Amino acid sequence: MDYLVKNAGFGDILEKVHDGERLSIADGNRLFESPNLLAVGYLANIVRERKNGNNAYFIYNQHINYSNICTNLCKFCAFGKNRDSDLAYEMSVEDVRKKVLERISEPITEIHMVGGIHPDLPYSYYTDLLKVIKAERPDVHIQAFTCVEIAHLAEISGLGTVGVLEDLKKAGLGSIPGGGAEVFSPRIRQLTCEKKLPGSAWLEVAKTAHRLDLHTNATMLYGHIESIEERVEHLDMLRRAQDETGGFLAFIPLAFHPRNTELSKLSRTSGVDDLKNIAVARCFLDNFPHIKAYWVMIGQKLSQIALSFGADDVDGTVKEEIITHMAGAETEQAMSRDQLLRLIREAGRIPIERDTLYNVINSY
Amino acid sequence: MSNFNSIQQKILKSERLTEQESLVLFRDGNLYDLGFLADFVRWQKHPEPIVTYVIDRNINYTDICVSACKFCAFYKVPEDAEGEIISFEKLQNKIEETQKLGGTQILLQGGLHPDKQLEFYEDMLRFIKKTGIHIHGFSPPEICHFAKISRLSVAVVIERLRQAGLDSIPGGGAEILSDRVRNLAAPRKCSADEWIEVMRQAHLQGLKTTATMMFGHIETLEERLEHLLRVRDLQDETGGFTAFIPWPFQPDNTALADIPKTTSHDYLKMLSWSRIILDNIPNIQASWVTQGPKIAQVSLFFGANDFGSTMIEENVVAAAGVAFRLAEAEIRSLVEDAGFVPQQRTMDYSFVTAG
Repeated sequence: MDYLVKNAGFGDILEKVHDGERLSIADGNRLFESPNLLAVGYLANIVRERKNGNNAYFIYNQHINYSNICTNLCKFCAFGKNRDSDLAYEMSVEDVRKKVLERISEPITEIHMVGGIHPDLPYSYYTDLLKVIKAERPDVHIQAFTCVEIAHLAEISGLGTVGVLEDLKKAGLGSIPGGGAEVFSPRIRQLTCEKKLPGSAWLEVAKTAHRLDLHTNATMLYGHIESIEERVEHLDMLRRAQDETGGFLAFIPLAFHPRNTELSKLSRTSGVDDLKNIAVARCFLDNFPHIKAYWVMIGQKLSQIALSFGADDVDGTVKEEIITHMAGAETEQAMSRDQLLRLIREAGRIPIERDTLYNVINSY
Repeated sequence: MSNFNSIQQKILKSERLTEQESLVLFRDGNLYDLGFLADFVRWQKHPEPIVTYVIDRNINYTDICVSACKFCAFYKVPEDAEGEIISFEKLQNKIEETQKLGGTQILLQGGLHPDKQLEFYEDMLRFIKKTGIHIHGFSPPEICHFAKISRLSVAVVIERLRQAGLDSIPGGGAEILSDRVRNLAAPRKCSADEWIEVMRQAHLQGLKTTATMMFGHIETLEERLEHLLRVRDLQDETGGFTAFIPWPFQPDNTALADIPKTTSHDYLKMLSWSRIILDNIPNIQASWVTQGPKIAQVSLFFGANDFGSTMIEENVVAAAGVAFRLAEAEIRSLVEDAGFVPQQRTMDYSFVTAG
């Protein structure tokens, strides 16, 4: 099928992809702009199969969102609320313990925990959350607190980034999720989330974590007001950071969901754009081991197709996803292991249950 | 592998595959093999980047049905007090609403009613015809059923329906055109031969029809191919099919509810395969109703050149047509976002130009 990709005008990129040569920013822009979805996907699939063979990863995880009270109130977010909002909530440390106990009999290997930038919860609250989870489930891996939350905790604890990361690690933190990256471009942050940690600072937190042997993920919230050039610039910044530290595990493109946000007049992302974001990321981020098609964001059907468009991971069982569902996601809130296995097998891939760090737990 | 290469070459040279080659293509081909080849065939047939859709309304004149198919969640048995036949007044309202929304046709289908004679259907057609709307109605199982109840030949039934105002025939009730599958899943429905014969008679009388296929239940891959080949053979003979619409079985609330739902991967492969095998059928429809907007849009790269129907629904129309307008706008924007030009059409794929 190589000749069809050449016919689509991608002969040069195909050669680079075959040779494992790095794509330029112009290449990234061209891939995003191409109307030939199959050609872009085909290129991504070459990289995907070289890096991850026929494997498709999933994880048995639990999501806990400890509070939606947030001082940032980004325009693309339907989750964050003012403290006085009727929809505001805050879990106590005991509440979180109960959440963990509710599912204690399940073979959960990861607890994924994020929340808003809360105005006055003390630093001890956050370390207590980690400790209570570890007390109830000593073997679980806690992936918690985006780089934005880490920067906030560094400030309120007075420990600085290195100090707070070391302290959180001691309390049980295993790794850091990729949220809060949004789009790094200062123009986009100015227009949509001016109070949020700047992109350069987000990257500094991530790199600092990597140097302390904490792995992190990276995301990009696409499909709102960003341009193609800003997407590729974002990917380029991630690629450079990864060259420096090698600490990113997965890149996860996140589809913007407009409902209940201040940008609710925008439309939802399309299937073509969802697949392109996955495929271009796979081609461009040559130093990222994994690309995740997060099914909560794009639906089970499209995440299955994404396994042929560059993705090698579909996230996991999730359960009780709140953040995207508050923004009108019509996907389910959880998937069973059997559903995940079938979705992956029917896509012609081998289901691999992994832990957070991509160690194989079970191959099906 | 060289075998697979020669299969690809045949498709690129517009040569027909043998049955064995067709099966190898589906079994050994990945999503890209099938997608690229289907996309190639699509552009050969439709060199313009146009994706069509129709504004129509699905009207079910009755849900009372003697067929009781295992894959159906719609029917009521004749003894069920909740079964209904639509009134002429309701029909009139639905059609007027459709026309107000720019609709050009109705899809008129119903259950196999135990005792209505052909005159009943003729009266209904004559009544509807007064509105001037295109009537795309009565799938082959209904026509076979009318013939049996009224003790007439299929040809005579079609002739009389045509004279009463029938414009074209929908391709429903084809399910899988293999008698093994039909005997197990829909034993009281018309046979594969009967389905084909209705379409042959319709085409001979100058009526255009579509063809569907409901896959992903108890059929084998060989039986899916048998279905495609029966449709292709008749098309070679008559040329009367305008479009093919493959859609996956939806198990919820049916007697086959234990069968897992076809995944989007299998859907896109099946869609592509249909585009490649049915080299004589001009149009292939995406099924957004079963696949949702994201996969339907992606289908445009896997052989589909038509987005099907906007499917005006009762409750939607009740809300003053607003949701429907959005539905048409959504179809148009999905098509544009994928890099194509949206175009409203009629049943025979003529473009509707008035805005």
